[in-house]
Amino acid sequence: MATTLKAEFDRLRNTSVWRTIFRSGSGSSNLHRSQAVQQNIFLHLFSVKVRSRALEFKPTWYLGALTLSTFFILVATGILLMFYYHPSVPQAYADMKDLQFVVASGVFLRNLHRWSAHAMVFLVFAHMFKVFYRGAYRPPRQFNWVIGVFLLLVTLLLSYTGYLLPWDQLAFWAVTVGSNIAKAVPLVGQKIRFLMLGGNEVNANALLRFYVLHCVILPLAAVLLVGVHFWRIRKDGGLYVPEKKNP
Amino acid sequence: MSDAKTEGQANPAAGAVPEEECKDCSRREFFARLGMGSLVVAGVGTGLFSYEFFSPNVLFEASPIIRAGKPDQFAANTVTLDPQSGIYLINGPKGFYALGAVCTHLGCLTAWKPELDLIACPCHGSRFNRDGVKVAGPAPQPLPWLKVWLSDDGYLMVDRSSPLKAQEFVKV
Repeated sequence: MATTLKAEFDRLRNTSVWRTIFRSGSGSSNLHRSQAVQQNIFLHLFSVKVRSRALEFKPTWYLGALTLSTFFILVATGILLMFYYHPSVPQAYADMKDLQFVVASGVFLRNLHRWSAHAMVFLVFAHMFKVFYRGAYRPPRQFNWVIGVFLLLVTLLLSYTGYLLPWDQLAFWAVTVGSNIAKAVPLVGQKIRFLMLGGNEVNANALLRFYVLHCVILPLAAVLLVGVHFWRIRKDGGLYVPEKKNP
Repeated sequence: MSDAKTEGQANPAAGAVPEEECKDCSRREFFARLGMGSLVVAGVGTGLFSYEFFSPNVLFEASPIIRAGKPDQFAANTVTLDPQSGIYLINGPKGFYALGAVCTHLGCLTAWKPELDLIACPCHGSRFNRDGVKVAGPAPQPLPWLKVWLSDDGYLMVDRSSPLKAQEFVKV
């Protein structure tokens, strides 16, 4: 049975349709296998060969991969939540309540989005601590650390902008306080707050601005930076794996 | 020392090319500068345009001037919060006056606590007396005194936009 399946799969991989999509075709030589990675747009960011120890739990605790996983969950649940959410006053609050009590699976999606957001912030910090205490930020990986700092900022901004969207008391006062912290910037603080809120008070303009930032601009920035972050892993010589002390 | 050497070697080679092989170098440089210059102009213009675009020209926000109510609505020696407009109207011994109810720390709406005879902020614990003077907490400024006047039809009016420099009372 197994051999039949394998033969069938090999036949499929040699059809012209398959070969137009995956140019590498069948075969298990090193060349074929490296081409399979190089010629796939999703995989070509990664190296065709990695140290087997880099795939073990110990060097990374898989914290980066887990962070990416929470990001994928957030994108998927976030897009679904967008189908029932109007970023307008006072409809936003009612939509949030509808998601909790009326929409099928709405409460599950909303809670999954919320808990994943908490988990992502936690995992980003854990990932940074892990990288820091293992010294994996050192040359040649120092620029990837910088990209990581920007990803931390994008993550925190995503959290902050998402916090306003339920339009409840917690959201309103948190963003009131947050925007007044921005106002404390010397000289331009007042302008920053005005641009942030699209006015002088936390109101419909602020909700719409935070919505666009949360659903479009910041996720795009995150995807771009994650792309660079992953590509740099390969360019900087793969994941940091210390030499074994007693081989 | 080694820097001077490399420069000395590089300069004649670099200098030799434009004179012999590059007759339109000044023209090329002119166009390169023109291109870079127009990019800079476009970049600055985009920045200004974006700033203008993101600054709303019309705001649908409440008027800073509000009608607080008739004077006889406020009993003597009381502090009344209007949460919608964010002001206190106080009927004190010297007359009526108004305070901004938004905490000067980070903008939370404060509340009047009659049992403490204090105005208290729920966010970070700032406390003010009924003259707006801070008595505790992180607030950097006292609550602002606002201009109060009696309208022709007998209502107490408050202007939230211009804080007063000195205490003013309205006698009715």
